[in-house]
Parts: sequence; C-alpha cells; structure tokens
Amino acid sequence: MVPLRDKAEQAVHHIVGKSGHYLGNMRMQPSPNNQIEMLRQMQTIRRFEERASNDFHAGDIYGVVHCYIGEEAVAVGVCSALKRDDRIISTHRGHGHCIAKGADLNRMMAELYGRETGYCKGKGGSMHIADFSIGMLGANGIVAGGIPIVTGAGLAAQLDGNGGVAVSFFGDGASNAGPFHESINIAAKWKLPMLYVCENNLHSANTPASKTLALEDVAARAAGYGIPGVIVDGNDVMAVHDAATIAVARARAGEGPTLIECKTYRQRGHTERLEAYEHRTYEEIESWKEKDPITRFANNLIQREGQLSETDWKQMDDEILEAIQASVDFAKASPFPKPESAVDDIFA
Amino acid sequence: MRQISYAQAGSEALAEELRRDPKTLVLSTDAAPALVEEFGDQRIRATPIAEGAVTGMAIGAAGCGYRPIVNWRIVTFSFVAMDQIVNQASKIHYMFGGQAKFPLVFRATVGGGGKLAAQHSQSPYSMFMNLAGLKIILPSTPYDMKGLMKSAIRDDNPVISFESSRLMGFKGDVPEEEYTLPIGKADVKREGSDITIVAIAWLVHEALAAAETLAKEGVSVEVVDPRSLFPLDAETIRTSVRKTGRLLIADEAGPTAGASAEIAALAAEDANTFACLKAPIKRVCALQVPIPYSPVLEDHVFPDRDKIAAGVRAVLR
Repeated sequence: MVPLRDKAEQAVHHIVGKSGHYLGNMRMQPSPNNQIEMLRQMQTIRRFEERASNDFHAGDIYGVVHCYIGEEAVAVGVCSALKRDDRIISTHRGHGHCIAKGADLNRMMAELYGRETGYCKGKGGSMHIADFSIGMLGANGIVAGGIPIVTGAGLAAQLDGNGGVAVSFFGDGASNAGPFHESINIAAKWKLPMLYVCENNLHSANTPASKTLALEDVAARAAGYGIPGVIVDGNDVMAVHDAATIAVARARAGEGPTLIECKTYRQRGHTERLEAYEHRTYEEIESWKEKDPITRFANNLIQREGQLSETDWKQMDDEILEAIQASVDFAKASPFPKPESAVDDIFA
Repeated sequence: MRQISYAQAGSEALAEELRRDPKTLVLSTDAAPALVEEFGDQRIRATPIAEGAVTGMAIGAAGCGYRPIVNWRIVTFSFVAMDQIVNQASKIHYMFGGQAKFPLVFRATVGGGGKLAAQHSQSPYSMFMNLAGLKIILPSTPYDMKGLMKSAIRDDNPVISFESSRLMGFKGDVPEEEYTLPIGKADVKREGSDITIVAIAWLVHEALAAAETLAKEGVSVEVVDPRSLFPLDAETIRTSVRKTGRLLIADEAGPTAGASAEIAALAAEDANTFACLKAPIKRVCALQVPIPYSPVLEDHVFPDRDKIAAGVRAVLR
C-alpha cells in the first residue's frame, strides 16, 4: 500500500488523461479561516461517524451504517470548492458528503434514529439522506446508481446557464460498472459541468480493488472519454481542494467534466454489520491510520502553518462532540413517525 | 371532427406541452427532426444508446426542476435501465421523505403483431404496476392518447406511457381545442348489460368487434377500458360488473401475475361486486410464452376478437 500512496503523492495534479489537458499545479489554498473550517468539518464527520457506529452497535440505529472514517478529506476537499447551489450526489457511504455540503446534524441523526424529524421522515435511514435545499441530491444505496442521476443535475445546470456544477461522488467499485462509463461518455460529449470524484479506498465492498480494477488507476479511464483524469492524494484535503477548484473552474467555464481520483482508505469495515468479516490485514489498516487525513491536516495547521494552537484544536473537538451529542439528544427527543405515515409521499 | 392517428396524437401532445412549458425536454436515442427544428437541440436531445444513464439523467434533471420526457421507444430497452426505474425513479420521492418532485415521463411501445419475435414483442406492464411510485397509462384511442399524454407531462410524478405498437396507425376523432384526461379514470367504451369485458389497449378494439358479433347473437356486452393501469379505476370496473354480473378480461400480455389478474382480484375481493357475480371470472390473454416470430405461431399466441367472443360464450353458457 505504501508505494501506491507514494505514487499518489508524486502524482498530485498529474494528468493521466488526454495530452494537452494539463490542469496546472498551482496551489489555490483557502484562507486560514477557511482551512480551520475545513478541519472542523472533517472532525465533525469523524465524530458523527464514531457516534453513528456506537449507537448502531447499541441498537439505537437500525439496518446498516457505512462509516466514512478515513475518507473525510475527499468530501471536505471537494465541497469546500463548491457553492451552496452546486449539486452533489453521494453513495451508500454518504454521511460525510452530507456534512461537507452543509446538512443539519440534528436532522441527519434523527433520520438514523428513524424519527419523524429526520431528513426523510424516517423513510430513508443511513443510506438515503438527502437535502435538496443545499444541493445534496441524496445518498444512494446502489453502487453507481447515483452517477447518471447527478449527471442529469449537470444537464440541468447546463440548461439553467447559471454556471452551476454537479459532483458525483463514487467509489472504485462503481468505476467498474456501466453507469459510470455511460454517464461520463455523455457528460464529455455534451460538455456538462461535472466533477466525477472517485474515492478509491482500495476496496470494493469486501473485495480488494486490485482484484476488480483492470487498471491500477481509475483516473486513467478518463483517457477513454477525452477528459482530464487527475490523481490526488485523497488523504490530503488541500490537494483534493486544489484539484476540485481547478476542475470546478473548468466546468463553470463550459469546458466539460473532469475525473478526479482520490487515493484514500476506508479505516473501518465495509459496513458496521460486517465487523466479523474483515479480509484486510491489521498491518494494512494500521499503516493507513498513520496517514490519517485529520491528524495530518490538524498537525499541519498547528506545526507548520501556526494557524491553530493545541488548545484551539482541543476546544474545537469539544464543540464538535457537544454538537454531536445535541444531535443525538434531538433524535431521541423526536417522535417516531406515525405508522400510518408509511403510505404518505408515494406520490407528490 | 378531424381524425388523426394514435401516433400523431402522442406527437401532438408532446409538441403542445413543449410549447407550453420551457422546463420540458426530450431525451431519446432518436431526435425527431420536427421537434429539433422547433425547440432546438438543447431541449430535444439525441442521446447515446445508453438507456440506463439516460433514464437516470432524466431523474436528476427532474429533481432539479425540469420535466424530462424519455423515449425508450420499445419497452424492450427499458430493461437496460431497470436499476434506474426500479431502485431510483419509483422510490426516490418516497425514500427522501417527499422533499423533491420528480416530474418524468417514460414512453415505450408495448405489444406484438409485428413479427418481431420475443425481444421486441412484449407487454410487461404488470412488472411496473408492481412497483409503488410509478403511474402507468396505456391508451387505446388517439383521443385518450393525447389527453393522457398531456396529463402525464404535467404530472409531478414519474409516469410511464405505454403505447400499443399495433395502434400507431389507428385513426380517431381528436378535437382541435385543448383538453386533458385524468390519469386513473377508466372509460366505458360500449354500454351493455350481460357481461363486462375489461380490455386493454389494442384489445379494446378487438373487444368492441366481438361485442358487435355477440350483439347479433342477442348478447349485450359492456366494454370498459382502464386507460390507466396505475392508478387502476377499481370503482368504474366494479360498478360495471355489479350491473352485468359477469366479467371477462382481455389482455395482450400473458395471464401470470398480470394486469388481468389484478383486475380479476379487485372485482372478486369486493364483497358487493362478488355478490353480483353470476359466473366465474374469465381471462382471455396471450399464452404465457416468449412471443415467437413465425406468423402462424404469433397468431396462435395472441388473443383476438374470435377468442374474446368464444370466451364470452363460455361465460354465458
């Protein structure tokens, strides 16, 4: 795994796609305040997921939970390059994208708790949280299922003509499925304002990506559609942010889609249900925890940039934990939906 | 009144709604030149032959304020898009707690008779009826086609417009002036007193022909056309059966778990309707086989006016 990551680091902003599509390597760093806000979002995702896992195992959250722990830099790096009106779609592992796009923690947690006050009134649960008011078009329980839908949001943005963009988050597994290829072909042909962001966490559910991907790099697939394919270190939030910023500018300028592959790692199992089935080695998981995107970003801000003190960081974490606890309190205080509401909202 | 074909009625409805609402757009593997000329290639989009992606894109555009009309052309090609239809379009409004509307129309021809063999001769509407969250229309006349298509485009939900391939050239009265027809309302195409035939699409016309023959034998047939398969107008069907006391259902699809089974059930499970039945319910459907190519085989598989008339005689015996 280490050589791959070294490769990813070297390859930041390296264009795998068609020659001439060089995106540049300029660092478009957000202002210090925005960087601290990015760290806050990443830690909020981390603490939310830890609590979701905990409360799932305690029996308060039902069904299934897929934790985003370890991949926070991707959602935050990309969404920090977007405007509120821009649209995203997520996957079964969707809590991080919701938070990064600005979703309300209380309504998210209430949805996990199956309550009436949840984003989906208790009809969706962990895999189906959406907030159309902030451009979050939903987590989606079908691998690759959301890619065509958000490509339709890209079509809508193009027709609107207001410079909006749409972002598809998906995993390495989805890049092997038909909807990925069909959608990117259309988006490239029609020059839709799209970002296709592959979170290559090296595992397609419980199978190593090395056993399912014909190529090592998903970004190389961009060449087949004549669009830029970019590899970034997905555990470096600033690298992700830079790549997304360039791709967003390209999309807004009417130059079409970009495929960004973020090399990252899922620190927990595919789902919280399957803890007993773990095909990965302890050494592999631990080696990636050493490259944890939050520790790395926080240390960077504290040590190298001097933007954050240890005390600030501790205080930020305490505030986040309070907000997470408040969301759980909100969820627990909320009523379950009325049973007969099961037949509501089938049709508009 | 002027007469236009079933196909023209659909095209006319589409063009009128495209004129009426700038948020409408058409996605199809074939872009009709007349529509491109009038509405431009941004709203009338020729797509790759990738029904899954195109269907999903329509869902996304619908969730972002547009009213896409996707022409799958033949229902055969909808199967390529089944994930987007079943897992996404039918559930997305409900699953997200009703927070967004998804106004969508999917057009597809159904039926046989074209000697096109199994993959291009299918009537699988009951598969879609089984999903909660899709409205389904299946008109039998140009008048119904136009009125229902306009309502489908204006509806804030996913609507599948199944269209009978056998009826494309069938002409009928369609007024010049604007009108719409409600989705979910059946139409009594012929009044009668001895037996109710609920017939679907092309078989409405075969049932009307059978009714003429049977009238000469002294049998008074009522023909009910559901026009929409979801919602299905149970009340009109039950009212007719309560009046006639007998029910025959004619469907170009096979009988197994079909629309015909649903119609039989909604008549039989209603106590007042059941109490009025003077004979067992009968279904005249296609044989439960993949549709074969050779004319001799295809004709054997499908129901027609003669098989309907024979069915009626059997019920009355």
